[in-house]
Amino acid sequence: MTRTLYDKLVDNHKVCDLPDGDMLIYVDFHIMNEYTSPQAFSGMESKGLKVWRPEAHLAVVDHVNATRSVEAPDAQSKLLIDNLEKNCTKHQIAFYGLGDPRQGIEHVIVPEQGLVAPGMLIACGDSHTTTYGAFGALGFGIGTSEVEHVLATQTLRYKRMKTMRVTVEGTTAPGVMAKDIIMKVVQVVGAGGANGFAVEFAGSAIVGLDMAGRMTVCNMAVELGARAALIAADETTEAALTGYPHSGQFAFSGEDWVSDSGAIFDKEVTVSGADIEPLITWGTSPDQSVPITANVPSALDYVSPKAKAALERALQYMGLTEGQAAQSIKIDTAFIGSCTNSRIEDLREAAKILEGRQVAEGVEAIVVPGSAMTRLKAESEGLRTIFETAGFEWRPEAGCSMCLAMNDDIAMEGERVASSTNRNFEGRQGRGARTHLMSPAMVAAAAVCGHLADIRDFE
Amino acid sequence: MKDKPMIKTIKGIAAPLPLANVDTDVIMPKRFLITISREGLADGTFADLRFDAAGQKRQEFILNKTPWTQATILVVGDNFGCGSSREHAVWGMRQLKIDACIGTGFAGIFYDNARKNGLALPVVSPEVRDLLLQFLDNQSGAEISINLERRMIAAGESSVPFEMDDATRIALIRGRDDTLDTLSYASAIREFETGLDEKMRISVIK
Repeated sequence: MTRTLYDKLVDNHKVCDLPDGDMLIYVDFHIMNEYTSPQAFSGMESKGLKVWRPEAHLAVVDHVNATRSVEAPDAQSKLLIDNLEKNCTKHQIAFYGLGDPRQGIEHVIVPEQGLVAPGMLIACGDSHTTTYGAFGALGFGIGTSEVEHVLATQTLRYKRMKTMRVTVEGTTAPGVMAKDIIMKVVQVVGAGGANGFAVEFAGSAIVGLDMAGRMTVCNMAVELGARAALIAADETTEAALTGYPHSGQFAFSGEDWVSDSGAIFDKEVTVSGADIEPLITWGTSPDQSVPITANVPSALDYVSPKAKAALERALQYMGLTEGQAAQSIKIDTAFIGSCTNSRIEDLREAAKILEGRQVAEGVEAIVVPGSAMTRLKAESEGLRTIFETAGFEWRPEAGCSMCLAMNDDIAMEGERVASSTNRNFEGRQGRGARTHLMSPAMVAAAAVCGHLADIRDFE
Repeated sequence: MKDKPMIKTIKGIAAPLPLANVDTDVIMPKRFLITISREGLADGTFADLRFDAAGQKRQEFILNKTPWTQATILVVGDNFGCGSSREHAVWGMRQLKIDACIGTGFAGIFYDNARKNGLALPVVSPEVRDLLLQFLDNQSGAEISINLERRMIAAGESSVPFEMDDATRIALIRGRDDTLDTLSYASAIREFETGLDEKMRISVIK
């Protein structure tokens, strides 16, 4: 019988069926951060339970820490950071804290440490854990009660999901990045279009991506509702499994970590790679995007009263007018960072735009490398000089920073941000802040122009 | 720790909240997340919808209007609970006395978080959801009753079915602690681990 990659991953991790219809699945590796784990530790302890297998967990500080310096931004944040360290010490769990050369954003440091391999199952109290699908591993986000469950049992209660294959066939045009591919998919499938599905990405435009690009695609798959995202393991994956601290220690043999040919998916979606243009979001949901050459939608584009009302609400929040040209949108801030787009490859693409250019007057431009290792590598390649010469602020510490503004990088009411992040929700980057999602190169272009701009004009 | 008493029916005043894609940043803004406790989150729940920048109640928001200040059930728009995995969103809704949200579909992590905290999420078709919204429009402050055992929603004279997977339904009815229940399968977990190749046992360098 033919099986999808997703089904193989679930089959290989199934511990047993449960009488209520769920199954128990085994979690090979679990990652924690300082803000979704405290109540899991206290919950476990209040029940008198111990950590099942301490060596299978890694805790890292990334959400609340400042990136301007190694300090916590305030006393309450420091409490969260110290609390995580205390819990890890007590339970013998690896802890990569502030100042540790391995510290950084969860989903950036795990591949850097060689802690992901095809066939693995990874859980983390963070929705963007879908990132690991780029390696043919099953990664998914969990809530704090489930963090407690993994700590105490090394398993999760699980329901097999439906499968969707998103095929992006064809060669993408120059200037079109992995970020544009996934933003296009989110636009086509819709923000909740993959709820209940595990999504496998396939097609020549996906296979042609490097690992950083594949991670960007899988990372943002959660924005279409996918609880898991997958890309078949191939030579590109294999090549990315060497040279890191944990490389060679793990291997999940016994299966080819690809979908069998002829495997049936519950749903198939096809996107033409050649038709994708650099995209920007104009609204408050990641599926509200248009090509940079287009205009913000107008009520005439919609039929249903519900859709018209949603448009009106989004435009009001965003401070935009119907039909306004995307490139006429002026920005206050440019932010490059986040688990979606803060890897060395992202910084290189942005630097290509910035080399020999200047950030427009009045624009505050910030770049937060995804990890301490990424920062050092970028500095050794001369990227820091390019960013700083252009007028970007180069942050010395790694973290999520302005992606979700849990630290001191908070956009003000009405402030408009060109952002290489993953969510343009109301209030995401600060109360009343206005987020436009795009690729890191497009953020650099917007920073230079002072308004949203097309990187294809930068040749 | 003992299982809680069984909950078979949820009944209460229902408020319409038909916005689509209400994400967990909107349900629980990040400024309320800097905490190591599960408690004290009621004020943060829907904070930017309920209060303006000066902290004054937005009178136009449904949960600030009588009789919906007493609402325990929400009828919500598509894709409710999308975005971040933060369970704080569900904790806050429970502390705001919300027992159930009826919608057409929920984000996966939010759905699982809800189950762990006794928040029922009956799934209905778009037509049924619109019917319920219509019902609530016509009868301000009407109650809705959700029968978890029979998977039926009663609203006025109408009775409509909803979907909820068995495991979630049973967990809600029994108020079961999943972690403790899973530990009754400890021998199966150990047996699975015995079958793992040494290269499948992750050990993180400290």
